Amino acid sequence: MKYEAVIGLEVHAQLATNTKIFCGCSTRFGAEPNTQTCPVCSGMPGALPVMNRKVLEYTVKSGLAMNCRISPLSVFARKNYFYPDLPKGYQISQFDKPICEHGHVEIVLDGEIRRIGITRIHMEEDAGKNLHEAAPGYSLVDLNRACVPLMEIVSEPDIRTPREAAVYMKKVRTILRYLGVCDGNMEQGSLRCDANVSVRPVGQKEFGTRSELKNINSFRFVEKAIEYEIDRQIKLIESGGKVVQETRLWDAAAGRTYSMRGKEEAHDYRYFPDPDLVPIEVDVAWVDGIRASMVELPDAMRERFVSEFGLPEYDAEVLTAERNLAEWFENVVKAGGAPKAASNWIMGDLMKLLNEENRSIDDCPLKPAQLAAMLKLIDEGVISGKIAKTVFDELYRTGKEPAEIVKEKGLVQISDESAIEDEIRRIVDASPKELERYRAGDVKLMGFFVGQVMKATKGKANPKVVNELLRKVLEG
Amino acid sequence: MKPYEKNISECRDMLRSGEVSSVEITKSVLERIAEVDGRLNAFITVNGEAALAQAEAADRRRAGGESAPLLGIPLAIKDNLCTQGVRTTCASKILDNFIPPYESTATALLAKQGYVLVGKTNMDEFAMGSSTENSAFGPSKNPWNTECAPGGSSGGSAFAVAADECIAALGSDTGGSIRQPAAFCGVVGMKPTYGRVSRYGLVAFASSLDQIGPITKTVKDAAILLSAIAGPDSHDSTCAANPVADYEAAIGREIKGLKIGIPRQYFIEGMDAEVEGSVKSAIAQLESLGAVPVEIEMPHTDYAVATYYLIATSEASSNLARFDGVRYGARVKGDDLIDMYRKTRSAGFGAEVKRRIMLGTYALSSGYYDAYYLKAQKVRTLIKQDFDMAFKQVDVVVCPTSPMPPFRIGDKIDDPLQMYLADIFTIALNLAGGPGISVPCGFTSSGLPVGLQLMGRPFDEETLFSAAHAYEQSAGWTSRKPEVAA
Repeated sequence: MKYEAVIGLEVHAQLATNTKIFCGCSTRFGAEPNTQTCPVCSGMPGALPVMNRKVLEYTVKSGLAMNCRISPLSVFARKNYFYPDLPKGYQISQFDKPICEHGHVEIVLDGEIRRIGITRIHMEEDAGKNLHEAAPGYSLVDLNRACVPLMEIVSEPDIRTPREAAVYMKKVRTILRYLGVCDGNMEQGSLRCDANVSVRPVGQKEFGTRSELKNINSFRFVEKAIEYEIDRQIKLIESGGKVVQETRLWDAAAGRTYSMRGKEEAHDYRYFPDPDLVPIEVDVAWVDGIRASMVELPDAMRERFVSEFGLPEYDAEVLTAERNLAEWFENVVKAGGAPKAASNWIMGDLMKLLNEENRSIDDCPLKPAQLAAMLKLIDEGVISGKIAKTVFDELYRTGKEPAEIVKEKGLVQISDESAIEDEIRRIVDASPKELERYRAGDVKLMGFFVGQVMKATKGKANPKVVNELLRKVLEG
Repeated sequence: MKPYEKNISECRDMLRSGEVSSVEITKSVLERIAEVDGRLNAFITVNGEAALAQAEAADRRRAGGESAPLLGIPLAIKDNLCTQGVRTTCASKILDNFIPPYESTATALLAKQGYVLVGKTNMDEFAMGSSTENSAFGPSKNPWNTECAPGGSSGGSAFAVAADECIAALGSDTGGSIRQPAAFCGVVGMKPTYGRVSRYGLVAFASSLDQIGPITKTVKDAAILLSAIAGPDSHDSTCAANPVADYEAAIGREIKGLKIGIPRQYFIEGMDAEVEGSVKSAIAQLESLGAVPVEIEMPHTDYAVATYYLIATSEASSNLARFDGVRYGARVKGDDLIDMYRKTRSAGFGAEVKRRIMLGTYALSSGYYDAYYLKAQKVRTLIKQDFDMAFKQVDVVVCPTSPMPPFRIGDKIDDPLQMYLADIFTIALNLAGGPGISVPCGFTSSGLPVGLQLMGRPFDEETLFSAAHAYEQSAGWTSRKPEVAA
C-alpha cells in the first residue's frame, strides 16, 4: 500500500527584544546563571507581570507578514504545570484567544509554489533551564531564560513531505529575519520546532493517529526526524500494529525518535485567563502603522527580482533567502552591474568564498559597487571572464578597486588583433603536426591552439578575438 | 493620653508642631506591643530595633524640613505585603523563613513618606479565612472579648489598630478581609476600588479580587492612608491610571440629599437581630443627617458566595503553585522531584489552604471548566450589573458588614461552609470591583462591636469617606475603646 504523511509544525521563535516579555531583565544569551533575573521572572511571591509592548509589535508584524488576521482582543492565559525551571508553576501563554489567526506562508519547492496554512501565532514566555551535571546529587536551575519572549507559530497539517517541512521552516526563518523580529539562531535555540506527524493510505481522507516530535533544533533534523517517524509509523502499521497518540523525543545522536510514554498526554494544563494581565486590545490604526512601516517581504522581493531584473525563479529564490543578501544584490545592480551577471557572481564565486570562511554577507569584504565595477570591466572588454576570476579573488582578499587590480597586475585584456595574430602565427608555425591533424579534420585541436595562445598571453587575450583569428589562420 | 492611643491625624499634628517626636511615638507603640501582644497575638514579626531606627531617620528628615503626612508614624503591615529585608510569612509555614528581596509598591509609597514599620500582622494563612484562626502562628484574639475571633483574614491588623498596638495598619481584602475584621474589632476598614492601589508585592490569593487598603481608628485616617498608597503603578497592569482624588478633602463634606440604597437582599432571614438593629439605627442616623434612603434590589446577591468560592479558589490554585520548595521558603527533602514537591506542600500548607487549592484545581480541570469557572465568571458579570443598576438610582449602598457579631474562636473553624457565610455581605463587592468601607455602628448587649458597610461607585471613594465620616462624627462609636488588659 502507498502511504502519504500529514505534517504540521509548531515553530517556537525567540523574539529579538532587548528585555524579557514581562519584566525589564536583559535577554542577552550566555550570561552567568541567574544574573539576568528579578522578582518577576524568578516568580517571587507578590511579583506581577507587565507586558513588553515590543513583543506585541513583533508578533503582530510576524502575523501580518504571514497573512494572518490580527485579533482586536486577545488574552494571556496560564498553562499550569510543575517543573523546577518554571518559577511560577505556570507558563504565561495564550490559549483560546491568540493574537494572530488564519494566515498562510508560500514556499517554493521544485519550482512550484505551495501554500502552507498558519493556524495561529501566539505570544508566550520561555522557561528557565535545568542543569543536571553541575552539582552531584542535585539539579541546578538557571532562570536567565525564564520569561524570555517566544512566539509560537502553528501551521495547519498542510505539509506532506519531510523536505517540504524543512523548506517551510526555512521560509519562516527567512520571513522572521527579514522583519528583524528573530535572529533565527538555531544553535542558541532562538528557533526550535515540534512536528505533528501522521500517515494515511494515499486517497484516504481521514488523518491517521499522530505523534508529536519534540526537540528539533536544525533544518537537517526536521527532515531526518520526520523521515524517521514516517518510516516508523508505516512499518508499525504494515506489521499489524497501531500508532498511538504520544509525544516522542528526537534523539539527534542516535538518529531516532523515542516515546516519552504518554506522560505529556496525562497533563491537564488547566488553562484560564491570567488575571494579572489585562486583555490586549489592538487598535486598527496601530496595526495599519505597523503594516505601513514593514519592509518588503521575501515573496514580494522574489517576484520583483523576476519581473524587474529578468532573473530566473531559482536565482530570485536564492538571493532573497536573506534580506541582506538580496539588498547586496540590488546594490550591485544599482551601481550599474548587469542583474544576471551579478546574480551569477554572487551565487557562485562570492557565496563559495564566504562559505569557505564561514562568513555572512554582512561582513563581506568587498562592496557591491566594486563587484559592479568589475562587471563593467568585463562588459567593456577590458578584462575577460577568465581574468575576472583572478581579479575577483584579489578583490575579495584586498578590497582594492578592480581597475587598480587590473592595472597593478597588468591584467588588461589584449584585444589588439595584430598583436594576437602575431602570437597565433608564431604558435601555429611551431606546431606543424597539430596543424596537419586539424586540417585533416581533427577540429577538437582548436582547443589546444586556444590554450596555447592564452598561455602565451597569460590569459589576457580577448577570447572572442582569439577564436576568430585562430579559425582564420588554421583554415588558411 | 499616651502617644500610642493617638490616631494618624493627631500624630501628624503633634509631629508637625514638634510636640512629640517619632521616636517617642514609636517607643510608646513598641512598649504597648510588649505589654499586650504576647497574649493577644496580633503580630507575627515585631520590627523593634529597626522601627526605632526608622523613627530616628524620620525625625532627622523632619528636622531637614520634610513633613509628609505619614512621616514618622508607626504603622503595622499585614504579613502578606512584601517588605524588603523583613520576614514576610503570609502566616504560612511554607514562608516561615522568607525574607523578600524587594518591596511592595504600597509599602514603598509609605516608605517614601517616611513611615515607621512597627511589625507584620497576623492573618489567615494566605488570606484564606474569616477569623485569623487559619494562621500557622496561632489565632489572634478579639480585643473586646478575648474568647472571640477578631475576624479575618486581616485580623492581626484590625486587632493591632483596635488595641493601640500601632497608629494604623494596612490589610488586604479579597472577599471582606479588611471590612469584616474592622467590623469585628470596632475600627474603620476600607477596601478601595480594584485597581486603585497597586497589588505589586502583595502575595496573591485571588488576583482579580485582591485589593490593599487601610485599617484605621477613624474615617479621616483611612482617607489619609489611602491617599498615600493609591495611584497608578507601572509594575501592575491591573492598576488603574485614573488620577487620585484628595480623599482628605472629602472629610467633612455634607451628605444632604445623598441617596443611600438599602438592598432588600442584604437584610435576610436569620441575620443576627442585634446586628440588624444597629444597622437600622445607623440608617436612621444617616437620614437625620440629610441622606435619603431608597429601597433597592440586587437580585443576584444570593449567588455571590458560590461564585466567589469558584473564582477565588481557581485563581488561588494557580497563584500558590510557585510555593514548590525550589527557590525560596520551606523545602522538605524527598526521594525525587515529585516526592519533594508533595512533601514540601503537604507540610507547608495548612488545611484551609489545601482545601482551596483542591477546590480551585477541580474547578479549572478540563471537563469541569465550563460548568464551574466559566459559569462563575458569567454570574460575576450579573452581580456587577446589580451594582451598576443600583448606582443609577443611589450614591451609596448601605448594609451590615457582617450578618453576625464576632463569633467564638473554635466555633466555625471545623465548618468551612459556615465560615464562608461570614463573608456573605462583603463578597459581592469584590466580585463587582467597587470600593467599600466598614465603620463601627454600635455594640451588642454583650459588648461586641457591629460594623456598618457603605459601598460606592468604582473610583468614588470620596463619597464613601464623606458619608462614613459624617456618620462616625454624629454617632460617636469610634471614641469607644476596648479594655485590653496586659
